Amino acid sequence: MALTIASRELDGVTVLDLSGRITLGEGSVQIRDAIRDLIGKGQKSILLNLGDVNYIDSSGLGELVSAFTTAKNQGAALKLLKLTKKVHDLLQLTKLYTVFDIFDDEASAIASFK
Amino acid sequence: MLILSWRTLPLDTISSSHETASKVPEARQGEFPTPVPEEADSNPVSTPKRRMSFSLSSTMDSVGEVEAAADKLAEEAGLDEDERFRVTMAVREAAVNAVLHGNEYDPAKQIAVSLENTGAALVFTIADQGRGLDPDSLPDPLAPENLLRGTGRGIFLIRSFMDEVHFRQLHPGTELTLVKNLAPADPKT
Repeated sequence: MALTIASRELDGVTVLDLSGRITLGEGSVQIRDAIRDLIGKGQKSILLNLGDVNYIDSSGLGELVSAFTTAKNQGAALKLLKLTKKVHDLLQLTKLYTVFDIFDDEASAIASFK
Repeated sequence: MLILSWRTLPLDTISSSHETASKVPEARQGEFPTPVPEEADSNPVSTPKRRMSFSLSSTMDSVGEVEAAADKLAEEAGLDEDERFRVTMAVREAAVNAVLHGNEYDPAKQIAVSLENTGAALVFTIADQGRGLDPDSLPDPLAPENLLRGTGRGIFLIRSFMDEVHFRQLHPGTELTLVKNLAPADPKT
């Protein structure tokens, strides 16, 4: 299933609800474009909701890392919300769990940006 | 486009996974490895042994076809959902490496793929016609200085998810052999 991205605003935070696969050719470019667009518009608080992301490959992991560093370099913050078990396990295996701020609860995630 | 269909092989036409993985000969320059001959089923067995091999163009569509074939083989072998996910992802990563880093999407180059259930293991080989890959030269993606790199995790994931991973230089190209051992069948069932 191709990746879909829906955007919404909550207390100054842009929440991107992602659904589908994040892989080379199926979502990586979409995430890159979406993050660059937000950064270009001056958005400083970005929350990626991965609750409906059922598959991510090494390219997708790399894209998340690139999004994180792009945001950080521009003075913005990018955090993750609601990992599925598979994505959670992959982030632990690759030690990326130590890189990202990760939340299970949306309200807590939104509050963390303040 | 995926060309060949599944075949069921008699037991004596398939070597063990360890022999396949560790005793493969060096390929001659410019050639893909010689495929194992495929035969029609002539020996009914309780657990069908399967092997298929094919060549595909260097596209992402091909990666999807290899992934789907690996998933089907893993499902038929009875792997649980988590193991099936890991095996399928490892094969997908190997196919991406072959198409992207090996053949660099060159339409004149192909990837050669074989998928086999030996009864004892699932064995996948993916070969490209690229410049070759030195697995010892790959940086450790878990090293602190590499954690924020956007690339370099594919081979690590393959090694993490499979029981054996072997590299073979084809001159030109690289062949990866991925082995996932299967649990022995329960004699009561």
